[in-house]
Amino acid sequence: MLRYTIRRFLGLIPVLFGISFLIFTVLRLIPGDPALAMLGERATPQQLAQIRAQLGLDKKLFFDFSGERNVFDTQYFGFMRQLLSGDLGTSIVRRTNVSTELSQRFPATLELTLAALLIAVVVGILIGIIASLRRGSAIDAGSTVFALIGVSIPIFWLGLMMQYLFAVNLGWLPVSQRLDTEFSRGFQGVTGLYVLDGLLLGRPQLSWNAIKHLIMPAIALSTVPMAIIARMTRSAMLEVLSQDYVRTAKAKGLRSRIVVMRHALRNALLPVVTIIGLQLGGLLSGAILTETVFSWPGIGTWIYAGVQGRDYPIVQSGIIFVAFVFVVVNLLVDLSYAFLDPRIQHR
Amino acid sequence: MAAVTQTAPRRVETERPQRSLWGDAWRRLIDSSAGRIGLAMTVLLILLALFINLLLPYNPARDRNLRLRLQPPSMLMDQPTQQRLKVDTWSYPFGTDELGRNLFVRVLHGAPISLTVGIFSVAFAVFFGALLGMVAGYVGGWVDNVAVGIMDIMLSFPSILLAIAITTAASGPDTFSTRIFNSLATVPGIGRVLDQQLFNAMIAVGIVEIPIFGRITRATVIALRNQEFVTAARATGVTGNRILFRHILPNSLAPLLVQATLTMATAIISVAALGFLGLGAQPPRPEWGTMLAGARDYVVQGKWWYPAFPGLAIIITVLGFNLLGDGLRDALDPRLKR
Repeated sequence: MLRYTIRRFLGLIPVLFGISFLIFTVLRLIPGDPALAMLGERATPQQLAQIRAQLGLDKKLFFDFSGERNVFDTQYFGFMRQLLSGDLGTSIVRRTNVSTELSQRFPATLELTLAALLIAVVVGILIGIIASLRRGSAIDAGSTVFALIGVSIPIFWLGLMMQYLFAVNLGWLPVSQRLDTEFSRGFQGVTGLYVLDGLLLGRPQLSWNAIKHLIMPAIALSTVPMAIIARMTRSAMLEVLSQDYVRTAKAKGLRSRIVVMRHALRNALLPVVTIIGLQLGGLLSGAILTETVFSWPGIGTWIYAGVQGRDYPIVQSGIIFVAFVFVVVNLLVDLSYAFLDPRIQHR
Repeated sequence: MAAVTQTAPRRVETERPQRSLWGDAWRRLIDSSAGRIGLAMTVLLILLALFINLLLPYNPARDRNLRLRLQPPSMLMDQPTQQRLKVDTWSYPFGTDELGRNLFVRVLHGAPISLTVGIFSVAFAVFFGALLGMVAGYVGGWVDNVAVGIMDIMLSFPSILLAIAITTAASGPDTFSTRIFNSLATVPGIGRVLDQQLFNAMIAVGIVEIPIFGRITRATVIALRNQEFVTAARATGVTGNRILFRHILPNSLAPLLVQATLTMATAIISVAALGFLGLGAQPPRPEWGTMLAGARDYVVQGKWWYPAFPGLAIIITVLGFNLLGDGLRDALDPRLKR
């Protein structure tokens, strides 16, 4: 198991290199001069050249064979050096430190994604279990329809409609942002997860306010994975419920709740865990859209603003960071799957 | 079409008429309720997209009626309001937007855009994916390793992120994508459904979806490469290309078709999402995602009908392709029981 884990982690290295290479290449194809974007149309050529030199944009892309510099003194290798040292450079437009901004923005996305995942897993598995136990009933049919519509809904539309219904029309929940201004003014988080921070700092009203802001975006983001998890749980449960050991457990007179929870569900959850891991890419994609709808100050809106402002360092770091998180979490899910299911053999 | 499946007769018949694989699949598709509903929905949508311009000509660039800005659906108005605004009960069934445009007309005219974009991006992905998968699977060795590596990296990406990066990279005065679009724009009728930005979004979504089809094709090729009928063909002197295209490729058509239909659904959502982020179709083009982007500012003012109907149009379209894809999967692969 340990050797397997180590081997899988080593296998990550080429993938991460591949991702950074791909992103660097695609983004350098973006037309438009960042130096010009920074200084505006009235900049003199000297000023532009100065800024370009400052940003390293005067260097060659991959290898420099002109002999004037070191062959590896290029944009790509400079970028890789930055990436490996953890210093992601300076935002072109706002002149802020990218690593600092990333570390401030990430907890917002993390809180949103975790909340969405929690809702999706709990509700999805529950729907799946009920549907499988009442197979063929109206509840089962309803869950099938729900699952179908769940994967067909554009979540940004769902977000807009929830905003209208619950914030504008009914006034139950706030429209956007993470906190009301009375709480956010001067607020310094501890972990950056505001619900948790409120509890840690002994300010339960702040946690409650954060939860109210979190509900709508988290529900919108959870629909697609919820639908998929519900469907997967249902079919996995149906398969397990027809197994001999479930019949034996029933025959020896165990209460049905114990049979369902202890004999069936535990075995049915294995494929569900894999599916949950696979939903992560969708969650991160969805986070960009959800954050835009709800003005949620996370990585998604950050990357989006970076694209609009042609701010290379932000777009580059944001995309690479999200991709890294995605790859690493997928690996952890894979490993946990191998851990949960002793039948999986490792070479 | 050797070695795909042998279907057992549904019921005992003394003289069962001979049917082809596709004939059998068609029968099964029509027999399943998901397939039937999905097929009906998609056929209706395609008909709508084909004929909407003849039934209801529309010019988005000149459409505005500032007297009727942001009015709710006309059948929800009371009589005096209808008279004051001089509208009939059924003239504005989806209400109007901030320029007083009839949302019903605009939503209907979104259908050809979304379908064209979906079909083009999926066709793009199928073509290059199948090519990549075939070469990788048939040649093997380091070519296969490199191809699989690229596909894995692409799949390890949140798709919208990659699409955003590609769309941004493709837009500009003189990129490769711009030049292709400019030559494409000379074809009459193209300008009605596509603009440069939308074309970029379409290609971006297509590129993101290549690995899905690459994997399917590669798996089929590898599974069949050493089958007896391929060895037999090779022994009789058939060339590699012919084996690949005539003996192996037809066997991957069924899974490719199923996946293409399901991918239509995600492609349409993705292009709408890019439109919503301002990276797809540009206003005043009545693309559903772009309309939702316009509606964003008016949700807070309580104009629910503005976002509601373009969104419902997306759901219905996507649902249709999802149902059809599910139906096709069950019909084409009887070994797969649900």
